[in-house]
Amino acid sequence: MSVRLLAIGLVAGVFSALFGVGGGIIIVPLLVVAGLSGRTATGTSLAAITLTAAAGAIAYGFHGDLKPGAAALIGLPAVGGVLLGVELQQRLTSKMLTLGFALLLTAVGIRLLV
Amino acid sequence: MSELLVVILGFAGGILAGLFGVGGGILFVPTLVLVLGLTQVHAEATSLLAILPTVLVGAWRQSRHGNVDWRTALLIGLGSVVGVEGGVQIAKALPEGTLRRLFAVFMLLVAASIAWRALRPESTYPSSDDRP
Repeated sequence: MSVRLLAIGLVAGVFSALFGVGGGIIIVPLLVVAGLSGRTATGTSLAAITLTAAAGAIAYGFHGDLKPGAAALIGLPAVGGVLLGVELQQRLTSKMLTLGFALLLTAVGIRLLV
Repeated sequence: MSELLVVILGFAGGILAGLFGVGGGILFVPTLVLVLGLTQVHAEATSLLAILPTVLVGAWRQSRHGNVDWRTALLIGLGSVVGVEGGVQIAKALPEGTLRRLFAVFMLLVAASIAWRALRPESTYPSSDDRP
């Protein structure tokens, strides 16, 4: 089990640094497959990502690629957003909201492609 | 004006993180590229720094609900620290345009997976009506 968890982390770490994301989209489903409940998988993934994101930021920092001002501008409002998001998760069965976000991601993804 | 847009999209990325457990990075990277004009590599590096406060607060909130398995988190975190260096090397070796298109495809796959989850409420994926 320990080897499997280290392997999940290894794959998530490559994806995280390659795309500049936390890697939760990879970690959460793999933890569910490994037998964790959905809620525990989400919480555990967030805790693991603190290490992943810190390691990634440090690695890129050595190459001089970090823009701390821009990080603060986008990252600090997100803290307010995550508190609201956690509350919404408790209150809503948010199919429309979820599909709305999927649509937003699709639109931005296509905008990046063309 | 573009600063205000970045703040709004940062807030939206946080909501996304809280709702679905995907880090805000999937929205941070395109925002930094399209609105602030960062290169793809600079945007990805900066996104990793920007998601740190969000995941710290998110993990703290979840641990108060007893939803964090710390041993599992530590093992995954340690594995990821090794993988991160590989990801950085690949990102920096790829041409800017190729990395951006790869990221766009990754984004479309994430959008598809989120939509799939919304349309299949009986799936084993985390949702508000999960049993512990």
